[in-house]
Amino acid sequence: MLKILKYVGYDLLRSRWTYIYCSFFLMISLSLLFLSSDLSKVVISLMNIVLLIVPLIATMFGVMYYYNSREFIELLLAQPIKRSNIFLGQYIGIAGSLSISLIIGIGVPFLIYGVFNSPEIWNFMILLVTGVLLSFIFSAIALLIALKNENRIKGFGLAILVWLFLAVIYDGIFLLGLIWFNDYPLDNFAIIGSILNPIDLSRILILLKLDISALMGFTGAVFQKFFGTGLGIAAAISVLIAWIGIPAWRIKSVSQTKDF
Amino acid sequence: MKIKYFIFLCSVWLIAQNGISKQLEVCSTCPHKTIKSAIENAEDGDKVVVKKGIYKEGNIVIKKSIQLIGLDYPILDGENETEILTVNTSGVTIEGFQIQNVGTSYIEDRAGIRFERANNFVVRNNKLYNTFFGIYLAHSNDGIVEGNYVEGEAAKEMSSGNAIHIWYCKRVKVENNHVKKHRDGIYFEFVDNSLIQNNLSEENLRYGLHFMFSNDDDYINNEFRNNGAGVAVMFSRRINMSENLFILNWGKASYGLLLKEIYDAEITNNRFVENTIGIFAEGSTRVNFLNNDFVNNGWAMKVSGGCLNNQVSKNNFISNSFDLSLNSSAYENSIDGNYWSEYSGYDLNRDGVGDIPHRPIKLFNYVLKKTPEAIVLMRSLFIDIINFSEKVSPVFTPANVLDNQPSMKIFERT
Repeated sequence: MLKILKYVGYDLLRSRWTYIYCSFFLMISLSLLFLSSDLSKVVISLMNIVLLIVPLIATMFGVMYYYNSREFIELLLAQPIKRSNIFLGQYIGIAGSLSISLIIGIGVPFLIYGVFNSPEIWNFMILLVTGVLLSFIFSAIALLIALKNENRIKGFGLAILVWLFLAVIYDGIFLLGLIWFNDYPLDNFAIIGSILNPIDLSRILILLKLDISALMGFTGAVFQKFFGTGLGIAAAISVLIAWIGIPAWRIKSVSQTKDF
Repeated sequence: MKIKYFIFLCSVWLIAQNGISKQLEVCSTCPHKTIKSAIENAEDGDKVVVKKGIYKEGNIVIKKSIQLIGLDYPILDGENETEILTVNTSGVTIEGFQIQNVGTSYIEDRAGIRFERANNFVVRNNKLYNTFFGIYLAHSNDGIVEGNYVEGEAAKEMSSGNAIHIWYCKRVKVENNHVKKHRDGIYFEFVDNSLIQNNLSEENLRYGLHFMFSNDDDYINNEFRNNGAGVAVMFSRRINMSENLFILNWGKASYGLLLKEIYDAEITNNRFVENTIGIFAEGSTRVNFLNNDFVNNGWAMKVSGGCLNNQVSKNNFISNSFDLSLNSSAYENSIDGNYWSEYSGYDLNRDGVGDIPHRPIKLFNYVLKKTPEAIVLMRSLFIDIINFSEKVSPVFTPANVLDNQPSMKIFERT
């Protein structure tokens, strides 16, 4: 598995998309830091970008990489290697390289601007951690979709749809639900609704850490209380791990029975 | 003839006695060792000069119109047990003391300096530390409180007092004071025709300025910084607030300025920076909000029910999370002619006024009013999309809340 990881890693290192992705974040964070030296504001602006771009790129990249490296996978399958090793190695290779690009792209500019001497360090770390987790979640989902669909157009379409659903449509349905059940106490519903979607969960985890949480009033206080308890943190972490674990496990089982 | 001469001499002597005031000095080597004895021997119009030293004399009551002057800040210490200076007569000046350690009381409102039914007073250049109430004025008119530094050690609202507490007074000037870490920085109740100017009020537990039932007052060029709940102005008529700075009043229950039942006020040339809510107005009528700057606030203005005939004009709204929020759909206020950093219109005839009206209320704002829990979706992509679509073709947001003459340029302040 390590060998496959290495191959995928080398392959992606040669790919210019990794560099474009990395330099995109470099440029965005450098220009934001250049425009405003208030690290807290930059974290908020970057949050909006990370929550939008990271899942999208991870989805597209995962699907694209699988379809492009199909011949290589068939070659590997002819060797005496466990199938789960091949696919999980490939998955971790993609997600890992995306995460490294993200960490370099955001981390280096913040290092230059001295994030370690600033009280914003923890907010920044949360941004990085959620970015990495989102990379892992969405590349797992993308690989799973690609594995299940031989038809490339269908695969791409489905992957985009999943991203669109979690990034936009889910919030719409969630909002409708909140308005619909307006007459009932909605605190628990709001907590459950936002914890189930990894993008929403990441956004709230970051917002609660920032000054801006004061704007969230009563509901914000409820959230802060929930995520302040051991149960809340455990729930948030287990949901994020489940979002990685379940697709990864499905990749394993689907690849085992798939007829190439 | 002789008798007449004698009477004349007598009257000269009497006039001299009354006209020329004595000066009594207090120090460890002076004729008067304690302030109390000096006051006992003083008469109306005398000057008691207290030299440097520490005086622990408990409660000093002044019932004569004297000037009590401290040289090099002599320390009056209450040893956490008593009120320190109590004045019960008119025409008293207290200047240049360091007054400390009054101590908390749950039964009486002890103060560092108290004026009760004493007119024409002056409290100048004193330093007060750890006084339960700092300067306490009640039923006293025509006075000046200036240049004082009042720092408390308030930890809880229950067990703390106000720095400058004024109750049932008229024509008082509060100028150039610096108040810190009390319950309320400056407290006004039933105070008319007064002026609050150039003060700095910071880090107080509750309000930087607490202002109730007080009419015809001005407060000008003060700074209210980082107070627990900002500034509250309630139940008052004809007040003028200008050139004040409301900054960093940030927290779940904080305002820059809370207005409640205010009539005919002028709120001009103020700056509201980084407050959770810049101005929260409730039941305010005929108030002019002119030439103010709202920068980086959560809500710049939150207008609740019962606000009529207010004018909001020539203000700058810059980078606030929400510029305006309304509680009722019936809107009888004018918001024409402001600068909005979110305005995206154009100006074809180049007269500096945008050609299409600006709608400061976003759809998300409208949704929040109905379902406050929806705040969990703040800053999500979906919210940005619906805000944008609502901006393009308004359906839900109130049609009559708009700025018909939005300015294209920031109003420059001098």
